[in-house]
Amino acid sequence: MTYLPKPKFHHPDIETNSLGFSHRDYEGPISTLCAGCGHDSISGAIIKACFELAIEPHRVAKLSGIGCSSKTPTYFLGQSHGFNTVHGRMPSVLTGANMANRELLYLGVSGDGDSASIGFGQFAHAIRRGVNMVYIVENNGVYGLTKGQFSATSDKGSKSKKGVANTDSPIDLVAMALQLGATFVARSFSGDKGQLVPLIKAAIEHKGAAFIDCISPCVAFNNHDGSTKSFDYVRAHNAALNTLDFITGQAPITADYAPGTVEEVKLHDGSTIKLHKLAADHDVRDRGAAINALHRVQSRGEIATGLIFLDDEPDDLHANLNTVLRPLNRLNDADLVPGSAALDKINAGLR
Amino acid sequence: MKPTEITDPAYFHKVVDCQWACPAHTPVPEYIRLIAAGRYSDAYMINWKSNVFPGILGRTCDRPCEPACRRGRVEEEPVAICRLKRVAADYKSDVRGLMPQPGKKNGKRIACIGAGPASLTVARDLAPLGYEVTVFDQDPKAGGFMRTQIPKFRLPETVIDEEVGYVLDLGVTFRHKRIDSLKAILDEGYDAVFVGTGAPRGRDLDVPGRQEAAANIHIGIDWLSSVSFGHIDKIGKRVVVLGGGNTAMDCCRSSRRLGGEEVKVVVRSGFEEMKASPWEKEDAMHEGIPIMNYLVPKAFNHADGRLTGVVFEKVKAVRDAKGRRDLVATGEPDVVIACDDVLMAVGQENAFPWIEKDIGIAFDHWGMPVVDPVTYQSTVKGLFFGGDAAFGPKNIITAVAHGHEAAVSIDKMLRDEDIEQRPSPLTNLVSQKMGIHEWSYDNAVANDLRYKVPLKDAEIALKDIRTEVELGFDLKLGFAEAQRCLNCDAQTVFTDKLCIECDACVDICPMDCITFTTNGEEGELRHRLNAPAPNTSQDLYVSGPLKTHRVMVKDEDVCLHCGLCAERCPTGAWDMQKFYLEMTHAGPSCRSRA
Repeated sequence: MTYLPKPKFHHPDIETNSLGFSHRDYEGPISTLCAGCGHDSISGAIIKACFELAIEPHRVAKLSGIGCSSKTPTYFLGQSHGFNTVHGRMPSVLTGANMANRELLYLGVSGDGDSASIGFGQFAHAIRRGVNMVYIVENNGVYGLTKGQFSATSDKGSKSKKGVANTDSPIDLVAMALQLGATFVARSFSGDKGQLVPLIKAAIEHKGAAFIDCISPCVAFNNHDGSTKSFDYVRAHNAALNTLDFITGQAPITADYAPGTVEEVKLHDGSTIKLHKLAADHDVRDRGAAINALHRVQSRGEIATGLIFLDDEPDDLHANLNTVLRPLNRLNDADLVPGSAALDKINAGLR
Repeated sequence: MKPTEITDPAYFHKVVDCQWACPAHTPVPEYIRLIAAGRYSDAYMINWKSNVFPGILGRTCDRPCEPACRRGRVEEEPVAICRLKRVAADYKSDVRGLMPQPGKKNGKRIACIGAGPASLTVARDLAPLGYEVTVFDQDPKAGGFMRTQIPKFRLPETVIDEEVGYVLDLGVTFRHKRIDSLKAILDEGYDAVFVGTGAPRGRDLDVPGRQEAAANIHIGIDWLSSVSFGHIDKIGKRVVVLGGGNTAMDCCRSSRRLGGEEVKVVVRSGFEEMKASPWEKEDAMHEGIPIMNYLVPKAFNHADGRLTGVVFEKVKAVRDAKGRRDLVATGEPDVVIACDDVLMAVGQENAFPWIEKDIGIAFDHWGMPVVDPVTYQSTVKGLFFGGDAAFGPKNIITAVAHGHEAAVSIDKMLRDEDIEQRPSPLTNLVSQKMGIHEWSYDNAVANDLRYKVPLKDAEIALKDIRTEVELGFDLKLGFAEAQRCLNCDAQTVFTDKLCIECDACVDICPMDCITFTTNGEEGELRHRLNAPAPNTSQDLYVSGPLKTHRVMVKDEDVCLHCGLCAERCPTGAWDMQKFYLEMTHAGPSCRSRA
């Protein structure tokens, strides 16, 4: 943990986006997490994604629950709206906020304890309702704040720092999200920003329930031999199904891939996801195949990462409820109270 | 790129830009930290050891360190290194107890000709070793041009007396004697002779009217030394100073104090190209002295043997096909500036009329003695040159650096060692870690802008040529300015085998200096880092291959040395280690160990 504020000086040739902001403008106060925490890297990836997409910070609401992961929204997007909710209740508060103002970009940040244990039900319902959000789980497979007990996502057989093996079956949040109807499902690794940043950008542009399970090694309690969520283990067992470039508008495509391995997915806002397929047989638009691929990779003892499933014509909760386009929190009395004449008319119709 | 060889003393030395740029390689960040800690005497002694004249240089140095200062690349203005040196000199306590004692005589006799900074440095380095050093000068007091050329309102006599005194107190003999024959000195049987006679001849201008109006036309450096000795105490009301160097600035500011009311500096070239340091130009203009550019003196007007004015041709700068700048006449009417006196500060030259041509010294085609740029020995064994006498007019700190090197040569030579074998500097690299996020240096980066040195009220300052204009930083300002130093000697040392590639350093670095990427050629690598690294004068620090076969690349250019990379590193792969480099001076450590 660092006490010093990050110096205000920045690189003299710092890049700015179309809003005139540099990536430094998307930072928050300095992190108080342990040095080297994977969560800080994910914060860095979120900062990079928002900077590159030129997102106006005041159009973002970041919500979280309780835990190391849920502390992180303090450390990025310092100019955005934030809500640190009750443990495991982030999905409900996010759903409510989204109902009230559909125009903000909702970023739910949670951890494996917050989403796979105490908030498991909340997680499930926000996903199955199709709330338009980016839901990121910073998954370290351990209860870091309470000194390293196994969490619900710890793999069976994975060893604690003291050497005790986990006997419980893990919850795979990616499989759950697929099952529950999420329209954008991905997994990534905090140590691979090259993969993570485009995934976050694509998830932000996705107009539906986007879920990213991000493995994030806990350097204090879960980065040892025998852990299945350590830097070394994840690097050695990472089976990336694809990598992607997220391209907004008509920006030139610079990445050079072998022909036949690239699939372009056009999104309705004009942006493009350029998928570089590493596993040739993986079809990101087939939910059933995605579930199969997930199990197949897992049974080989590997971790499937990349964009796992995408429905590029998603429905969201507002569409399902047929709400008005104007945010509900901006409807005033004139919109909501038809007046006594209208009431009289209704009453008359019932007589 | 190959992994960076950090054991090469030059690598981290270059990162300490100020020290690298200093001819004497003074450990600047170290003494600035001592000033911040209130240890003025210790800060002074670090300077004294390295540059011999901290109080003098703290007022008059050409400051090659400041344009090099990293602060100037990350903010606007460099740290006021020079004036912090003065803080150390102003607020130290009695330091005589910290100085070396005269050495036990070893029977070797050294003559130094000229008592300027180069000779005094040779004397300072050799006297404590037991050499019997005699310094000769034509002036009655030692100090050379520091005493005679620099006006007292910039450098009070007391400061010169004190610091020259420290050298003479080491058992050095000073003799007020003009040397008219080098042969005579060589014949006196000295074991080594060092020539540090400076560049004593001011250039003249041969234009019409020069002879007729000679009574009111003065050579700048001669005039300054006459002023310094009190032989001259007034000048006409209207003065034209010709020349754009620091001597011109001293001439014009001195004139303002001796009765000059309308003093103008007239320069051939443009304002930006002038040789004077920017701060000296500022000081002159602050005293109401206009600087007029692109005017070439053509003639001196005179009447009845008195100067009445100077005629100038208007020119403009034109670049030829090869990009060389040329001054060509604009064709506009000449400009006549009426004046009572002219001071010519159009350059200095070496002059060795006292060196016989037949004693074996080789001279180059400019009439300068041939001097080895490493050993400072001439073509005659045991005869050394240093300061302006060696390679033409430079500055005090360069003369000091020459003096140190010549002293090393003399010490080695008189112990029958090969003077071509130069000693390596003494270096030390040690971790500054005190706790998980605690360092033995203040790693918080101060946002303060450069502080201005308080000046004496101009009206008072202009009344007396011996009243020092700059008041110097007080302790509070000195501390605040010292805190602006980025501690570039606290090096970011990276150990590749400890790195787990968690990206924490990349995320935290405020300057985007650190990148983990695949290796490549330097030119190409510089363009694909997290932030471009176009400043090729600053190195890239490249690690060996990491677990993912990538390398860590750090651009040294704008690193703040804030230590956040090391604070955020979970494995200690990054560490902040203080790099201390001290030049090896004459003495046992400069000699071979064989």
